[in-house]
Amino acid sequence: MAVIRPSGIYDVNYEQDMALVRTPALKVAAAICAVIFFALPLFSRDSPLGLEIVPLPLLGTLNRIGITLISVQGLNILLGYTGQVSLGQAAFMAVGAYTSTILTTHVGIPFWFALPMAALTAGVVGLIFGLPSLRIKGFYLAMATLAAQFIIPWLLKNPLAQWTGGASGMEVPLPTLGRWVFNTDQSMFYVIMIPVAVMMLAAKNITRTRLGRALIAVRDNDLAAEVLGINLFTYKLRAFFLCAVFAGVAGSLSAHYTRSISPDGFDLLDSVWQLGMLIVGGAGYAVGPIFGTALIRLLREFATFITPAMRELLPGTLPFVDVASVDRALGPLFFAVVLMLFLVFEPRGLAYRWEILKAAWRLRPFAH
Amino acid sequence: MADLVLFGKPLFLAVQWLLTGLLVGSMYSLVALGLVVIYKASSVFNFSHGWLMLVGGLLCWAFFQDQGWPLWVSILAAFAVAVILGLLIERVTLRPLIGQPVLTTIMMTLALAQLLQGIVMLVWGANPHPLPIFADAAGLPMPPLKLPTAGFLGGDIILKVQLLWSFVVTALGFGALTLFFRFTRTGLSMRAAAEDHQLAQSVGLPVRRIFGLAWAIAAIVAAAAGIVQGAGTGLDPIAVPTMALRAFPAVLLGGLESIPGAIVGGLTIGVVETMTSGYISTSAGQELAPFLVLMLVLIIKPDGLFGQKRIERI
Repeated sequence: MAVIRPSGIYDVNYEQDMALVRTPALKVAAAICAVIFFALPLFSRDSPLGLEIVPLPLLGTLNRIGITLISVQGLNILLGYTGQVSLGQAAFMAVGAYTSTILTTHVGIPFWFALPMAALTAGVVGLIFGLPSLRIKGFYLAMATLAAQFIIPWLLKNPLAQWTGGASGMEVPLPTLGRWVFNTDQSMFYVIMIPVAVMMLAAKNITRTRLGRALIAVRDNDLAAEVLGINLFTYKLRAFFLCAVFAGVAGSLSAHYTRSISPDGFDLLDSVWQLGMLIVGGAGYAVGPIFGTALIRLLREFATFITPAMRELLPGTLPFVDVASVDRALGPLFFAVVLMLFLVFEPRGLAYRWEILKAAWRLRPFAH
Repeated sequence: MADLVLFGKPLFLAVQWLLTGLLVGSMYSLVALGLVVIYKASSVFNFSHGWLMLVGGLLCWAFFQDQGWPLWVSILAAFAVAVILGLLIERVTLRPLIGQPVLTTIMMTLALAQLLQGIVMLVWGANPHPLPIFADAAGLPMPPLKLPTAGFLGGDIILKVQLLWSFVVTALGFGALTLFFRFTRTGLSMRAAAEDHQLAQSVGLPVRRIFGLAWAIAAIVAAAAGIVQGAGTGLDPIAVPTMALRAFPAVLLGGLESIPGAIVGGLTIGVVETMTSGYISTSAGQELAPFLVLMLVLIIKPDGLFGQKRIERI
């Protein structure tokens, strides 16, 4: 879809044409939104302002959305822009989580330095499992990354057990800065949301550079891209590296947020859910992961929320239901139904609908 | 008699692992058969096969244990429901995706796996259900088979009866499918459809009905695998789908379109798994070895041993 610009606004130089936030009004709006967003923890319980407008569970939900969002955005670079499937995203998150935890507990490096190291380590592991992408693609590549999803947890559980604590996992220290300890949802909000903002901007910018355009060419037709002079192998590897770096950041943040990790906490289902979030949100759009992650996460919270009510309701209407495991059934059911509906009716995801909506808004009152 | 040793382990143990591996592998072959039937007909790789197995097994459990029907009636009823389920899945979820990219069908079968997981959790809960088919009148499991090989191998070889049954079921399934694809009109038209959808349609074959049929056959194979697996280790909503995941390397090793390949791949993965379990550790055998084989296959020969070679053009 061609980009439709608001009428009456013209670009007179290249900088204006490339700007992310294009008009003064938008700049003000974006700044206000950012300030309000980052001020949210100040209006919650136990904050210095003494106000209680924002409920704490909301901050917790936002934190979890933020962490997943980084990982899904990485997947977006690999799948949405480069067209390579990965079923191993959770395993790369595990690499990031464990690297960060081992560095902070065994080596004694502060969290702030462990985070980039975790991202790099995950990136290197991602490179290794991206190697088969030289020869194989599509379904076969999905299988290779599926292997990563089993091999990495096995390595963490068995040969590396001396550092990782094996299958029982390990405790993760809290991030500290001077005398501040980041131990609440409010303080972790900043620890999480600043990397989220940086990674989102990075992803958006990567896709606007030479690298991003090359990746899109590989996605649209890899053989034609190679004929154009794009080195398929190095560009696919770069996509894998970036994807795993994002996963590493997400893994490290998730470890220090939940404060305990185990190899089974990063299983195939997490990878599948992240893929689902990307599809629902819209693969190949920078805002896609935001829509998808938020929708699926909120759906999951909703499933937890209505579980008690369903426990009351279900035995009366459907007598064959096992009441004890309703909570474990509703999440997957909701996710599966939403994902299926999107795959059949809108495989381009919510972000595509959003683009249509924006275009319609700019063109009103005309239809086209 | 001196103890016979192979690579530091007693010889009779090695032989036992080899035989157990072949029997365990037959289970993988049975799972792989179901995957290959669908892939052959419609080029869809069914990631939800493990959950389909579980549902098939649990249906049999529901008829056999809950309702108290005779065993053969329960099995047939489970097959019947599985067929309906297979047809329904194909019609509702995969038919609208014909012509869509590979990723879409991968995601659809993954979503299907989640849907089946949710249904299993909702109806049967998270606890394992034992399916005591091979139990005697008192409800005790059958004693394992003991081969008197102490004389020449240095120890007796012990084999589980349920694994022997899985071998028999796999052999029957393989035989039936081979005959079906070679000698029946429907089987031949399915092979033609697998070769080229458009070509098959242009000579008047009902391609869409063939896709449905493939899912129905795969659902029966999955239910059979689920029943055999349930009889052996119980129907655990975590262990059964994980076991099916270990059959994926078997499919790729044998070649995605090849039924004999599924058998050879399954047996190979089974032997590799039990040998690694015996010589190194169980976790290495079950969690690592099949996936290392998968990586090797993908790097060295992505089309598998008996798969079709693909040539790409711009």
